[in-house]
Amino acid sequence: MLTAVASGFILAILVALVRRISSPAAGWFLAALPACLAAYFSSQASRVWRGGPILEHHTWAPGMGVALDFRLDGLSLLFALLITVIGAFVLVYSGKYLRDRARLGRLYGLLLFFMASMLGLVLAGNLLLLYVFWELTSISSYLLIGFENQRAAARSAALQALLVTVLGGLCLLAGIVLLGNIGGSFEITALLAQGDAIRAHALYPAALSLILIGAFTKSAQFPFHFWLPKAMEAPTPVSAYLHAATMVKAGVYLLARLNPALGGTTAWTAALVAVGVVTMVGGAVLALNKTDLKQILAYSTVSVLGMLVFLIGLGTPLAFQAMAVYLVAHGLYKGALFLVAGAVEHETGTRDIGKLGALFKSMPVTASASVLAALSMAGLPPMLGFTGKELLYESALHAPVHAGLLTTAAVAAGALLFILAAAAGFGPFFGGGRHSGADVHEAPSALWIGPLVLATGGLVLGLAPALMNAAVRSATLAVAPAAATPVDLALFHGLSPALVLSAVSAGGGLALYSLHGRLIVAGDGLKPLAQWGPASIYDRAVGALNRIAVTQTGLLQTGYLRHYMQMVIVTTVALVIAGIVRWAALPQMVGPVGPQFHEAVLAVAIIIATIFAVRSTSRLAAVAALGVVGIGVSLIFALFGAPDLAMTQLTVESLIVILLVLVMYHLPDFGVFGPRRYRLRNLIVSAAGGITMTLLVLTAASVQYAPPISTYYVENSYTQAHGRNIVNVIITDFRALDTLGETTVVAASAAGVWAILRLRSRKGFFK
Amino acid sequence: MTLLLAVVIGVLYAGGLYMMLRRSLGTLIIGLALLSHAANLLIFTVSGLARGRPPLLPDNGVPAGPVSDPLPQALILTAIVIGFGVLAFTLTLMHRTYQITGSEDIDELRSTE
Repeated sequence: MLTAVASGFILAILVALVRRISSPAAGWFLAALPACLAAYFSSQASRVWRGGPILEHHTWAPGMGVALDFRLDGLSLLFALLITVIGAFVLVYSGKYLRDRARLGRLYGLLLFFMASMLGLVLAGNLLLLYVFWELTSISSYLLIGFENQRAAARSAALQALLVTVLGGLCLLAGIVLLGNIGGSFEITALLAQGDAIRAHALYPAALSLILIGAFTKSAQFPFHFWLPKAMEAPTPVSAYLHAATMVKAGVYLLARLNPALGGTTAWTAALVAVGVVTMVGGAVLALNKTDLKQILAYSTVSVLGMLVFLIGLGTPLAFQAMAVYLVAHGLYKGALFLVAGAVEHETGTRDIGKLGALFKSMPVTASASVLAALSMAGLPPMLGFTGKELLYESALHAPVHAGLLTTAAVAAGALLFILAAAAGFGPFFGGGRHSGADVHEAPSALWIGPLVLATGGLVLGLAPALMNAAVRSATLAVAPAAATPVDLALFHGLSPALVLSAVSAGGGLALYSLHGRLIVAGDGLKPLAQWGPASIYDRAVGALNRIAVTQTGLLQTGYLRHYMQMVIVTTVALVIAGIVRWAALPQMVGPVGPQFHEAVLAVAIIIATIFAVRSTSRLAAVAALGVVGIGVSLIFALFGAPDLAMTQLTVESLIVILLVLVMYHLPDFGVFGPRRYRLRNLIVSAAGGITMTLLVLTAASVQYAPPISTYYVENSYTQAHGRNIVNVIITDFRALDTLGETTVVAASAAGVWAILRLRSRKGFFK
Repeated sequence: MTLLLAVVIGVLYAGGLYMMLRRSLGTLIIGLALLSHAANLLIFTVSGLARGRPPLLPDNGVPAGPVSDPLPQALILTAIVIGFGVLAFTLTLMHRTYQITGSEDIDELRSTE
């Protein structure tokens, strides 16, 4: 499985390295990889269905509990097949779809990169590994939504999707860390085995909420749903692949995956059912007044994602079956419908359902694919969507609580999806829109083969749903090992209540479809409501963040050196004073050694010289005063047992004075700039800095954290390094490497000085 | 003596900071030099003062009595030399800047052009 995931990344990198792939035919070529992977996963199917999960282990960072663990069970297998099969058709499709041939290679590379990340996500056997792939899919989604990066709308949609999903991703990471701490491992297999202990843990609510936020943002659940319709700025094959069939289902996958570890509690059920139902109905309602094909499909995807979350929340064996079946059904029909929408736009130049109609004669193959997919979406027999929807109604009818309410919501969503399916999949080909279809031709084969195969898949599986029995059983076993029941899918179950409900929702949908035109107009009247929606909250939050950033930058980044210095000084003063206060150590006013007269004179001389240097306006007087300070300091070194320091300081001080006199000779006298109050403020700030340092010295001199480590040097200086001047031995032997660094600094500064001086010799360089 | 030196260090810091806060290139250099003295003295004082006991060993290599801490001295020795290097570089840079811009007002150096 590592090979399967890695091959996608490797091919993506190869495509990126081969700089120009402009041939649409390359798509057929590249599609070989997902096709082979799909074949590989199919070959593993019987083993998984009969024998249980296949585990694979590679070490990565054992010290941190992160391993390249992969786990292929019924749930992962279902996702892996969806990802690879749809991926193959999307690659074929993209070659013909994109008109800007020069950027085709980039699209291929990103699609392959996404495919590999998504495969990694569903195959990961370690939560931290899963998180890595999770974020990789967010990043590839960002790059793909903003693919047409010359358009501002695409860029802002990409950023919005990234911010929302990454915000959720960060919550997810925190939740994973909590979960790992509760369970003592990040291994999914280990965590799933100790669900009872995890649910009883005090940190369970926190971990659950964080993980739910991660899953809800990724799967566009209310109130985070708004990024998904905006993500339709992406090229259509991307929308079909990432934002309908696979990536947006990552949240659903995570919930299903962690169900044995986290699921079953009241909080879990309440959160998933409530959010799922609101998203399921709300998404479909919001789709009603849209006229753009992709917008209709996007909102209906939101609705279906809500349905899947709702089904996981219900937690009955039947609901898990419904989830698995609808997952496949939706991947097939929604992928097909998106690709059809792209083909229609490719041929007619528009996606507006008001302008499309009667295209059947010009595009018969595309139309057939579209109608098949729409039938599945509408939940009509004999499509897989019908089986899935029956199971949904059945699960809602048998819901442990609020069965009536949930059934109503499910039927309403079914009816609304019916309308949307008719509007998006049927209308453009048979409706009475303005487009005559006379000047329109059938789409090239690369554009219709994907939708046709996917939609036909929905038909075949709908006619013989028993083909999916083993796969669905294995998937439900992975979602709820305890509640496994035999699976017996059939197209016709006899006259059941669910069938009656299907008739009701289809009839209602049909009745409402005739009013669709008026619903679109009515929806426009509700637009002012959008300003209270989550999307505008997002806009306001981002706007506020930008304003804060601008204000703060204006406040802190003035461009004046003295402002930066004042900030540094004031911050340091505040932190040091806070530290001293917190330490609560009264500075020791009397040191171990009292001052003698000559030392006191020396100290006072330094102080006077410093004040003189500061007050002087003459540069040479200031340099002289600085020299006095330096000599005073070296005398202090000499008096308190540091002859080496005294000698070095004296030498360096002489050099500095000579250097300063030489250079200062060319500079004017110190200018006095700025009004008086500036100087007063400088005085106050620097005085505060000085006082703080005095307090710091007194505090530091009166405490001792640990015994000095110098004893080692004193004891070993002669015996090991054969030197009697301990300071010298430290510098040249014990800490020789530090001295090498010091020498390097001096050499670098000498080189800098030399370079600057050489610049001067080139006359007129700066003029 | 620690108290006295602490005051000296405070005055050096205050003076150095004040000089660096002024807008003139020349005072910046003086301030830098004062700060460097202040920092060296700070390390020296904080490590504990001992009058006239240099960390030198007699011929037999065994210290006759307690000596002052050699480690801070080694640190300061390094700091003095590096401080000199930095000062020399800054000085040349300032001089060059003045030559090019014709001004020693730091406020006029806000743009990178």
